[in-house]
Amino acid sequence: MSAHLRWRKFVSAFMLTMTGVCAFISVSVLFFILGYLVFHGGTSINWDFLTKLPTPVGETGGGMANAIVGSAKLLLLASLFGVPIGFFGGVYLSEFSGSTTAFVVRYAADLLNGVPSIVIGIFAYALAVLPFKHYSTLAGAFALGLMMIPITLRSTEEFLHSVPRALREGSMALGASKWRTIARVVVPAAYRGIITAILLALARVAGETAPLLFTAFGNRFWSPGWNQPTASLPVMIYTYAISPYEDWHRQAWAAGLVLLALILIVNIVARAILARGTAVPRS
Amino acid sequence: MQASQRPTVSVNINSPSSIRETAAPLEMRMTVSKVNFFYGAKQSLFDINMGVANNKVTALIGPSGCGKSTLLRTFNRMHETVKNARLEGEILLDGKNILAQDVTSLRRRVGMVFQRPNPFPKSIFDNVAYGPRVNGSEAPISETVEKSLRHAALWDEVKDQLHKSAYELSGGQQQRLCIARALAVEPEVLLLDEPCSALDPISTAKIEELLVQLKDLTTIAIVTHNMQQAARVSDFTAFLLVGQLVEFNPTPQLFTTPSDPRTEAYITGRFG
Repeated sequence: MSAHLRWRKFVSAFMLTMTGVCAFISVSVLFFILGYLVFHGGTSINWDFLTKLPTPVGETGGGMANAIVGSAKLLLLASLFGVPIGFFGGVYLSEFSGSTTAFVVRYAADLLNGVPSIVIGIFAYALAVLPFKHYSTLAGAFALGLMMIPITLRSTEEFLHSVPRALREGSMALGASKWRTIARVVVPAAYRGIITAILLALARVAGETAPLLFTAFGNRFWSPGWNQPTASLPVMIYTYAISPYEDWHRQAWAAGLVLLALILIVNIVARAILARGTAVPRS
Repeated sequence: MQASQRPTVSVNINSPSSIRETAAPLEMRMTVSKVNFFYGAKQSLFDINMGVANNKVTALIGPSGCGKSTLLRTFNRMHETVKNARLEGEILLDGKNILAQDVTSLRRRVGMVFQRPNPFPKSIFDNVAYGPRVNGSEAPISETVEKSLRHAALWDEVKDQLHKSAYELSGGQQQRLCIARALAVEPEVLLLDEPCSALDPISTAKIEELLVQLKDLTTIAIVTHNMQQAARVSDFTAFLLVGQLVEFNPTPQLFTTPSDPRTEAYITGRFG
């Protein structure tokens, strides 16, 4: 074997090993986080943690029921606000707008997607907290909803674009108007992808802390109403993790685990439901 | 079918008036006069004059890119879904200009089946029911669906699986489903754009058989690149070449005694 050939074989083997190692590292980071969460938080998760309010400082036990419900309320409201706007905006981009408008809106959506979440938080603070002079679930949901708009919009557009033109023509040729065609054929053909994207958006904002710090704020008790401050899992994690108490640290880990599990459950349920529909074969 | 039983028309494509003269014995459902068509600045149809006879099959043949599909798609204004498409001239349906009508009600009357089967991602039943539902039909929907599937010779194959996805059907079945879907709105004219080009010979034969039967129900215009198919199923044939109508005549006449040397060259396989 010539030296040159040997060198080439070495390079090939080296590169193969290196790419494999990198792939392994990226997967193991995820599993490391998961394992670490379970290791530290698993022991603190019990029925009390899921159903009880936080205890006063110094007292052990108690739970984060208010934060779990608070997070659910925030995400529900955020979806009600962000998803329709993103979705219909995406429909407009894909089906109606000219190329110049589409370019501008798409670009703006990408920029909005890149705005740091703390800035979104300040914006929501200025718009939804200052005028009412108190923190609220609504303000927190407004901030999270804002973050959901660009993700929903862009993915709706993408998935609608991938619906074959033949389906649109088939519908139009039957005397369906453009809007009917979109509502009855195009969107149903793309809805799996769109819903998956919405879930990803939901998962992403579920873990956001910064926009909630001065909108939903936090609460040691049950939130008395939609226009009052509420606890949420990410903010709770933040507060507990930087506290000096050993017990709170454990609960912070547990909260992290709960947050992750909730997102996972929503994903699995949604995927199970989606698997029942009819997919459009890619042409 | 023997040629002698069929009303004969002699059509001189260069004078649209002659179509109207011959329209007296043979009722024309659609009349195309002086149609020019442009994609942007590029002209793809030049001064087309022809007709689509009532309850007959009219075939449009010609080599690829001759404009036959483009011409067919103007019959229900599907060309308007393409940007920068522009049509000049007049297309009459029952004596009324289709370009001046509401486009959705026109497409209800002039249905279309496409080159590739394009069932919706819905059940077989919902595919056929789509048109009547969209158009707010008063008739009981399941009867309409059954009738349409029977007309498309698909009923016996799918009657026990109406709620399965349309994608579980074979390609030929899917295309007949698309025909049933088009028939469900009871179109006066049915346009077919190379409906068999993606199908195997057996499915093709089934669809050809179907077309002959459907003549009693509706008026048919079909684009095909397959000359034998045109000869088998059609009563009239229009031959197009680079955007121009070379010859429009009864099918037996066009295939046996073509009046234009270019037609003869094409049907004898010298080009295309």
